[in-house]
Amino acid sequence: MSSSVIRVRGLTRTFALGSGPVHAVRGIDLTVGRGEILGFLGPNGAGKTTTLRMLTTLLPPSGGEAEIAGRDLLRDPAGVRRRIGYVAQSGGLDPACSVREELVTQGRLHLMSRGAAAGRAAELAAELGLSGLMDRPTGALSGGQRRRVEIALGLVNRPEVVFLDEPTTGLDPGSRAELWDLVRRVRAEHGTTVFLTTHYLDEADALADRIVVVDAGRIVAEGTSAELKRRYAGDPATSLQDAFLAITGRSTAERPLAI
Amino acid sequence: MTLLAHTGIVFGRCLRSTLRSKTNLFFGMLQPLLLLALFGPLLTGLDMGVSGSSWQTLVPGVLVQLALLGGSYVGLGLLMDRNLGVLDRMRVTPVSPLALLLGRTLRDVVQLVAQSVLLVLLGLAFGLRAPLPGVLVGLLFVAVLAAALSALSYGLAMNVRTSPEFAAIANTAAMPLMLLSGLLLPMTLAPGWLEGASRAVPFRYTVDAVRQVFLGHYANTTVAVGAAVTLALAALCLMGGARLFGRVRG
Repeated sequence: MSSSVIRVRGLTRTFALGSGPVHAVRGIDLTVGRGEILGFLGPNGAGKTTTLRMLTTLLPPSGGEAEIAGRDLLRDPAGVRRRIGYVAQSGGLDPACSVREELVTQGRLHLMSRGAAAGRAAELAAELGLSGLMDRPTGALSGGQRRRVEIALGLVNRPEVVFLDEPTTGLDPGSRAELWDLVRRVRAEHGTTVFLTTHYLDEADALADRIVVVDAGRIVAEGTSAELKRRYAGDPATSLQDAFLAITGRSTAERPLAI
Repeated sequence: MTLLAHTGIVFGRCLRSTLRSKTNLFFGMLQPLLLLALFGPLLTGLDMGVSGSSWQTLVPGVLVQLALLGGSYVGLGLLMDRNLGVLDRMRVTPVSPLALLLGRTLRDVVQLVAQSVLLVLLGLAFGLRAPLPGVLVGLLFVAVLAAALSALSYGLAMNVRTSPEFAAIANTAAMPLMLLSGLLLPMTLAPGWLEGASRAVPFRYTVDAVRQVFLGHYANTTVAVGAAVTLALAALCLMGGARLFGRVRG
């Protein structure tokens, strides 16, 4: 690995609820190399989204430290925001807004001039096959098209790292395959580091260079898909599903819902 | 300077979104206009214990009511943007977090002042007569009040989870405040205890001041107190709104 672009040490997050404190993230240590596609895998309630929200500056950590794209998460959150892209699970599109309006405004929010923002919007539209949809309201797009717009928004500032929170949830198989291709292409063409959470094992298997499995707010396993299969299911020919169940010790369906 | 530029970017985005939603604009405007058209004529023959025509009392009241109600409910729009993830997406950009609040608030001020101008024009058609400088000063009061309530409303919207929850709180707060400030009928009609209670509501001072400037009286205590109370309220609400807006819930 040439150089790391994400370094996380002892990251924790505790939520104070009426019923008592909930330790959503209990101490994450993690290093991600430049240009790597990292699959952040775990059952519901494992702390994936909470970790992602902390790394994207949306949620202040209760403890620990992190450096992202060369900027300190706690001391220079604005510097981190300039250098990352974030695509939330909920997407973040205004259904009444046209694709062009969303793309250009996102460029403006990244403090580009009007001209530069319009240019970048056209460039991304061409790259992601959105050129014919620019004047459509995002509410009128198909699920796969909408997801492409959301990813385009996350790439407006040519980020060093793009965070994708469960990017293919709710997509049909064709759109999922298309999205995987897109993620691979972005990494190949721009060297962008991709930090991706998912609970689809086939997605992590197909897309990620390295998989980090979290459970109950901690990292419980880490390695390539083949390594995890060999180590936890005893056989590289087995499915990642078997390795996953061996690691987390239960099926995703039986997990109690936590925050 | 940077904050101003950032606020401008957010303002532009919000204003375009407002201009797109024509139905919202139309219905938001309809209610105060109807109030003026269907309620105003009832007052023309009444003695309300104040100088000037009944329109010089009612129009300022409806203006303040527009700012009060229009301002308090803007949080619903933010709540929608929060639930769609639009707000989070914007928060992960270098744009100043305060600008995300101020840009929206500025849009609300512009929208409410534009609606107020229409309201005054309708008032003129019905028989309102007021000096132009007075009307302009009155609109300034409306603008400051709208900014205060809008910022506070966004602060609230960042700290509740659902629209019904938000509406319940906003309704419960707005209703008594509206009645207690003597917006539709002046508090000169009120019995002593009600008059006393209304003294605790800041909007009371705003509407009294706007009524004075609509009569062409600018340099008196009522206007001075109204300006001081309205500005203090705005400062407080903007600070509170910014604090609540910046506070993040999981």
